[in-house]
Amino acid sequence: MDVTTGFFYFFSAVLLFAAFRVVTARNPVHAVLYLMLAFSQAAAVWMLLKAEFLAITLVLVYLGAVMVLFLFVVMMLDIRIEGDRWGFWQNFPLALLIGGVIAIEMGAILSGGFGSVTLSPAAAAGQIENTKELGKLLYTSYLYPLEIAAVILLVAIIAAIALTLRQRKDSKFVDASEQVRVKARDRLAVVQVAATREAPVPAPAVEEKQA
Amino acid sequence: MTLTLTHFLTLGAILFTLSVIGIFLNRKNLIVLLMAIELMLLAVNMNFVAFSHYLGDMHGQVFVFFILTVAAAESAIGLAILVLLFRNKSSIRVDELNALKG
Repeated sequence: MDVTTGFFYFFSAVLLFAAFRVVTARNPVHAVLYLMLAFSQAAAVWMLLKAEFLAITLVLVYLGAVMVLFLFVVMMLDIRIEGDRWGFWQNFPLALLIGGVIAIEMGAILSGGFGSVTLSPAAAAGQIENTKELGKLLYTSYLYPLEIAAVILLVAIIAAIALTLRQRKDSKFVDASEQVRVKARDRLAVVQVAATREAPVPAPAVEEKQA
Repeated sequence: MTLTLTHFLTLGAILFTLSVIGIFLNRKNLIVLLMAIELMLLAVNMNFVAFSHYLGDMHGQVFVFFILTVAAAESAIGLAILVLLFRNKSSIRVDELNALKG
């Protein structure tokens, strides 16, 4: 049992513990923090598989951006943690059943034997430069899919902004183009007023007595 | 005892099973559902990277790259919808989202 195997078991144990805590944590903030731990351990496992570029991407993009977004949203939403955990134990038997079925299926597939797959000679010799090879593939044979991925990200940006944008009712916002286009006569009206005016004729007092 | 492909596939399988169980356990809590989906994607990516390494084929890692892109877009839009939902309903409980139910 060499050092790499030991590291694999260590990272896997922490990863599975963190994943377990993600789905069982009472507080959603704790769940997000455990999810960050899980992703960091997965990045370490990918390092063991010599997928350096993807491991770094996982740390930078997932831990740095997506998980922080999760954390912001969870903290912004003010979710109340209720006593019955929203029917946690009520769903437990069903979850155990489905999980057992999936575990049996996965075990059946895995026991069928991938043991015959051994490390390819080039990978065993450590001759593959991960990032260089990935870059070559991405910018030659996967150029159009890469462009489509960029468009998908753009769509995600626009959709997320458009969904959450709202006009505030109490905003003192001034439309700049309207402000520039305004003329002097819209603001100021010049009214002709005679310089002198006749005094109003006082009503005769006699008529008041008659009435 | 050296690492074989089966080690990594088993790790991915356990991770996937855990997240499926998590989806059923937390089916009232929308945000934990999103997190469980992220974990499932991680398990799938783990299998892709393991096969890519052991078969010496870089195309698997390119696929993981695209999965990460789509997952980032998915979680961004999902969280935006979640915020919108919370603004309108003051709750993210799944069983209260029955406005379209006949």
